This record gives sequence, C-alpha cells and structure tokens, in this order.
Amino acid sequence: MDFTPTEDRRMIGESLRRYLAEQYPIEHRNKVAYDGDFHDPAKWSELAELGILGALVTEADGGFGGAGFDITTVFEEMGRAICPEPMLGNLMALRLYAAHGEAGRIEAIVAGTQKAAFAFDESEAFGDLDEIAVTADGETLTGRKTVVYGGNSADFILVAARSAGGSLGLYEVAAGDAEVLPYAMIDGAGAAEVILDKTKARCLADDARAPIEAALDAGRVALCAEAVGAMDVLKAMTKDYLMQRQQFGRPIALFQALQHRLVDFSIEIEQARSITIHAAAKLDSDDTRARALATAQAKNLIGRAGKLVAEEAVQMHGGIGMTWEYAGSHYAKRLIMIDHQLGDTEDQLRTAMSLSDISEPA
Amino acid sequence: MDLNFTPEEEAFRQEVRAFLKDKLSEALATKVRNGRDLDKADLEHWHATLNSQGWLAPGWPVEHGGTTWDSVHMHIFEEECARANAPRTVPFGLGMLGPVLIKFGTEEQKATILPRILSGEDWWCQGYSEPGAGSDLASLKTRAIRDGDDYIINGQKTWTTLGQFANKIFCLVRTSTEGKRQEGISFILVDLDTPGIEMRPIKLIEGGFEVNEVFFTDVRVPASNLVGEENMGWTIAKYLLGHERTNIAGVGASSEALSQLKALARKVKRKGKPLAQDPIFAAKVAEVEIDLEAMRMTNLRMLSGVADAQGSVSSMLKIKGTVIRQAINDLSRRALGALAAPFPSEDVIGNYAIAPTEAASNAANYFNNRKLSIFGGSNEIQRNIIAKETFGA
Repeated sequence: MDFTPTEDRRMIGESLRRYLAEQYPIEHRNKVAYDGDFHDPAKWSELAELGILGALVTEADGGFGGAGFDITTVFEEMGRAICPEPMLGNLMALRLYAAHGEAGRIEAIVAGTQKAAFAFDESEAFGDLDEIAVTADGETLTGRKTVVYGGNSADFILVAARSAGGSLGLYEVAAGDAEVLPYAMIDGAGAAEVILDKTKARCLADDARAPIEAALDAGRVALCAEAVGAMDVLKAMTKDYLMQRQQFGRPIALFQALQHRLVDFSIEIEQARSITIHAAAKLDSDDTRARALATAQAKNLIGRAGKLVAEEAVQMHGGIGMTWEYAGSHYAKRLIMIDHQLGDTEDQLRTAMSLSDISEPA
Repeated sequence: MDLNFTPEEEAFRQEVRAFLKDKLSEALATKVRNGRDLDKADLEHWHATLNSQGWLAPGWPVEHGGTTWDSVHMHIFEEECARANAPRTVPFGLGMLGPVLIKFGTEEQKATILPRILSGEDWWCQGYSEPGAGSDLASLKTRAIRDGDDYIINGQKTWTTLGQFANKIFCLVRTSTEGKRQEGISFILVDLDTPGIEMRPIKLIEGGFEVNEVFFTDVRVPASNLVGEENMGWTIAKYLLGHERTNIAGVGASSEALSQLKALARKVKRKGKPLAQDPIFAAKVAEVEIDLEAMRMTNLRMLSGVADAQGSVSSMLKIKGTVIRQAINDLSRRALGALAAPFPSEDVIGNYAIAPTEAASNAANYFNNRKLSIFGGSNEIQRNIIAKETFGA
C-alpha cells in the first residue's frame, strides 16, 4: 500500500498549483468568473500548454494520464484556486470522446484549440438518465438541456438523448447549430441552456449508457477532489482568521467553542480526502458496480462535509465571511454549489443504498 | 498511489485467517459476535491461544516475545480478528504496561514481569483516574510517601476496568506536591494482595460490571516497584497515550458490527417487509457505512505514514471511530424495535426464545458503548489536542 503520489502526478500538481497561484489570484478569478466568457480564454490555452487537459486522458486515447488519480490531482488544484475554467465539462467530453474513438476531437481539446461540453441534465431530469426527454430523429435532435457546464464556451456539445430505439444515445452538436443561452453560475464560471429544435447532430452511439455513466462518475470524482482542495484552503483561511481576529481582548482562536468546531470540520475534511482517494482508485476498476458505489459514497460524504465546512467557515468569520470582497465567501459558495452538480447528497445516498449489500436477501 | 496490499501482506492475511479458523471456537466467536460479556476463563483461554502462536503481544520487540510486524501487518491482524469475532485482548498488560516497561523499566522488571504478562500468571489493571481527576489527570491526589525502602500509598482510584479479574495494578501516584503538578507524579506497580487495598465494583448504566473503584489505605509497596525515576510518571503516562495507535479507530470491529446490523435489518420486519427495505432506515445505514469507508481509508493513510504529517490524526480517528461505532450501536438497538426492552435481555430473550436471540444484547451494548467517547481521553480532550496542534497554543 502506498499513498504517495507518483512523481509525474506530483509534478503536474505542483506546476498547476504554481500556475494558478500566479495567474489566478482571487481578484482575477472573480473578475472573469462572472463576466464576458465566464472564464479566461487566454488562460485556458496556457492550461492546455501546461498539459493539464492531456493529464485527463489515457496514453492510448491521446493523453498521458487519464487514471482516477490524475483527475483528482488536477481537480484538487482547480479547487484550491476555485478556478472557473470549464474543466469539468471538458473532462466529461474527453471521456466520452475517448470511449468512442474520437481521436481528432481529443487532440484538439488536449491542445486547447477546441472546447467541448456534455449536456445531460434537463429541467425535469437531473441526472435521471431514464427520464431524458431530448430525442433523436434521424440526424437531428429536439428538446432542451439545462445548466450545461462550460456549454457557454464550447465549440461542440455532446448530448445525451433518447435514440429512435429508445436507448440512451450520444450525439454531437456543433455549438453554432444550436441555440445556446450562456450565463454565469452563482459560484462563478459559465453554463448554458442548450435548445435543440431539429438541430443537426452527429450520432456517436445509439446506446451510450455505459460510457455516459462512466463519464458522469469521472465528473463526480473530479468534483470531490475539487471540493477537497477548496476545503483545505477554506480551513486554512478560517484558522488564520481565528488567530488574527481579536475580541474580548484576545484572539478568538483561544475560545474552546470555536476550536472544537474547527476541529470537527477538520476531521470531516480528512474523511472527505480519504473517501475521494477511495473513489479515485475505483474509477479505473472494471467492476462498474464497485465504481458506482464508491463514487456515490464519496460524493455523498463530500456533500455533507462541504456544507459543514462552508457554513461553519462563514459563521466563524462573522460578518466578514458574508462579504463578496472576502475570498472565503467564494470558497464557501463553491463548496455548497458542488453539491448541486452531478447529483446531490440525497441522490448519491439513494445510489449508494441501491448498490449496498443491505438490499441482498436475508 | 497504490491501495492494494502486497502479495506478502495478502499471504499474511491468509495465515491469520487460517489460524483463526483453526483455533477460535465457534462458541467463543458467537459470544463475541452477539456482544455477550466474556468471563475471565474466556479471556484467559484466548490469551493462551494467541500466546502459543507467539501473537499475543505483536507490538513488543521479538526478544521480549513480540513480533516483527509493521503497522500494516498489525492492522491486518486486527482486522481479521475482528472479522472472525475473536475476543479483543485485554490491553492493560499487553498494550500499556508492557510497552512502558520495555521503554522505561529496569532489566529486572522486564525479565520478571513481561513473561508473566504473556503467560497469564499476572493480570494487570490500571489505576489512573480518580474521582477528582478524569480529563484533568494531572490533578490526581493519591499519595505515595517514601518510608525507608517502601512507599506508603493512600488514596482512591476509579474506573479500573476488569480489576475484578486482576492480581496487579499499575498506578499514577503523587510523590511530590512541589512545583508543577505534572512533575510530582510517579508510575508504580502494586500487588493487589497487599494489605490495605479494597476493590469495589461499579455497576454501569446497562447493568454490567466491568469497572471498579480501588481504595488504598496505608498500602506498603517496595520502592523497587517504581517504574522510571521518581516524579517522571507523567512522561510515562504521555508515552502510553501515544502508543499502540494502530487500532484506535476500531475499523475492524465497526465493520463487523455493521455487517451484524445489516444482517439483522434483513431479518426483522416492519410493515410486513424486511427493515432493510425501509428507505429511511436503509439511508441511515448507508450513511454510516460511507463514514466508515472513509475512516477505513483515513486509518490506512495513517498506517502508511502519509497522514501522520498532521500528528493529530490519531485523535481524529479516536473521535470519528467512536462516533461511528456508537451510530452503529444506535441503529442496532433501534432495529430491534420493542424487543430492545426486555431486561436482563439475554435471560429473558433466551428463556422465552424470542427471536432474534443473537441481537439480545444490542440495547445493552448501545448503553455500554456510550463509554467509547468518554474513556481513553474523552472526545473533547481529543479535540483540545488537535486544536493545540492546529493553533500552536
């Protein structure tokens, strides 16, 4: 058993951390995350040059990473900087392109010359793959996808849609062919409504259920790692604040009520880190049930821990934690909103319950 | 990053498993599985079984009868023992006094005392807490006053676990009232047959007897029974706190308890269906299972030395481990519904053959295990330890 990262991953993590610390200070982050393209296209190109996108793809598929721990290495750093670049959407798209042998697209995304997103949620089907209403008819798609992460900046949008035979298919739409309504999210970064009305689409597979589930699980594990990174930073900020803030003539860090609360959320952060490692290890497993269970368990715990850390950090900062100007408030917001992406705490618990051996016969 | 055990470690696991299959009787395992109290003979038998294999004190150095296992091997051993429902060994001699003597004892103390711990000739118990000294242990008042070649001890110890089975006790006593409180404490060994000692049982919340009060009235103990120097008892006590941390989270025991809970939930009915199919109950089980899975990984991270960068990890594991175990006990009690009530549960449920008999102790175990977050440094004290490390104050 060895929990130390490989040399390659350590290096990519360190170079990404250095890059984001220099290039993505919170002021810049807040400026680009809510305005214009809701990210910084120049920085996206630089991230590609750093090899960050290639780290999300296996060597066989045109990258140089692609394992669960490669994904968590990248996303933990994204979380430390609460970086609004559309990494999540491109990660899921890369996984789906890889599953369908789309080497050309992968090459362009890894190089940073094209971007993609994956459209799966609908307003009445959050992650419910059985309830998807967007339908394929011949070479067109009709229906509406909601909150497509990175859909605002994507050149191509992969769409999960009902195929003619009723199975869950995967289609590619050029962004220019669809009606894409971009907007910022409350915690920064961009998303879009994607409206399809007999929109021209290229079918990648009539039945893509398994790769879609795998791509969503990869996205969930990525979000877990992003949350761990954000929690680490928010904990450090809270600790520093408690030590520096004076009330009643002494640093409030000396009050046991506050000490114990910081300890309690620190414990949950360690738990969150542990379960994310567990899920990252299972992400590469051929046992899809084990993968899905570990992923759901991880994201459930992340949802609970993220809410605890976010709410407690704001509370312990007092009024300052409520201000837009203070960086901690943005970390707290991101942690809360991660639970709304790719299935929340209760969704994950339902999945974990359905896969648990408790439901086996007595 | 490689979360797999090595082939050698897997082979070791198989060796432990085979040993347990061969040597652990079904009767004893059932008693443990069902949470029944073990009597002295059960524990002595299991100690002797492990001792004959050389596995009774795996954490000791080989020259004193221990093993060469590293922390991962220790973890595997503990995990397999829990899985097989083997009794937990009694820690006072093996996990506490033994390591203290190996670190601080004289050659003579090591040579005479350690073998008797392994052979079972001596059963040690612990005299730390006092009525006025719990979390604030350094406020202890039991006095040991030097008188020629002896000390004379007066005072009272409490919460002495399984003292009723013991013939020896190691104590923290006050040998000085000068200077800092911590600097006037000594670690001394006492024969419980010495005149002036009285042990009284304390009946616990669930009705069981496992802890005692020990009264010392002019108890005369040879000065050679001191471990380490006079007034260095606090150093020894602190050393003990940091020792034998691999099992602090109780991952193996909680995993086994969770399996029992799931089996029970599949068996008992609510609204005509197995309780396991009730979404509200199943959700609670799933949530604690997730917490346990995370803690299992946290524990492995600590064993691998990665998480130890933040040395307060063992305090974290103590808090989380006890909270998770108590949550499992809580659900195990609730799964019984009205049947959690009969008292004494084992007698009533046994005599009247009320199913599920194997879960008869669940309510008692729930009450008894409220101790987990109190003893061994309460969870609040653990939070203080972590906070001290976090804030450096």
